[in-house]
Amino acid sequence: MTEFTPISALIGGGLIGLAAVLLMLLNGRIAGISGILGGLLRFDKGEFGWRAAFIAGLIVGPVVYMRMTGTQISITTPEPGWAVILAGLIVGVGTQIGNGCTSGHGVCGIARLSGRSIAATVTFLLTGVLTVTFVRHGLGGLA
Amino acid sequence: MTNSALFRVVSAFVVGLIFSFGLIVSQMIDPLKVLNFLDIFGNWDPSLALVLISAIIVTLIGYKLVLSRQTPIFEDLFRVPGSSEIDLKLLVGAALFGIGWGLIGLCPGPALAGIGLVIPQIFLFVVAVIIGINAYRIVLNWGQKL
Repeated sequence: MTEFTPISALIGGGLIGLAAVLLMLLNGRIAGISGILGGLLRFDKGEFGWRAAFIAGLIVGPVVYMRMTGTQISITTPEPGWAVILAGLIVGVGTQIGNGCTSGHGVCGIARLSGRSIAATVTFLLTGVLTVTFVRHGLGGLA
Repeated sequence: MTNSALFRVVSAFVVGLIFSFGLIVSQMIDPLKVLNFLDIFGNWDPSLALVLISAIIVTLIGYKLVLSRQTPIFEDLFRVPGSSEIDLKLLVGAALFGIGWGLIGLCPGPALAGIGLVIPQIFLFVVAVIIGINAYRIVLNWGQKL
């Protein structure tokens, strides 16, 4: 059970949007995480530096945030291990076949009113809901 | 390294930090929050719908202003995807992505930010994503050679 948190959701979403806008204004690039991560692994000349720096900022974010605010970030550890690995593999392959994830299609693509991104987002929200429904209410959880 | 190359790297780092803060503040970094958002037939937590809507509105307005410029600040041109065709490949990829996302509640952004919390399972997920990305590329290369 998690509480509905509308205010922090709106502020957090606004920060994500701000990051997407700044990356376009400064570097002229779409803030799609799977695209940046996938591109990083290709070691493209002239593109590696900013991609590595963006991912580094993403990773150190929680440490900087906790230092700045003096608060702890507690999240639920995903379990079990086999499902974590399986989910990671499917997500990795899916982002390559579908050219994007929640950030690239769901935020940047929809903001550009891209039909492709709207179709992709509707599709992954649908299969996401179906998967959670099947796992939680059909199987009674993963174990 | 030229000045603009340095600025590109520094600005990307700062933008990555802001993105990370957004995931933290919105709690999208928590897989349980994501699963409860997708669980519309259970104890539904609609918070992430507001995260998406808020991020989209800010980006939509920001892109309108930014893309009216001739060029970005530290680059020569804006790189925006040109393709508009909705094909089966797009839908199959997105469908797979949603299944993996719904299985444990993680997608690439929150997972990368989660590495900063030093949780082994999150690290495992990121490694699996990287393997998945490369596995697809290797298969694709084989297909092109045949």
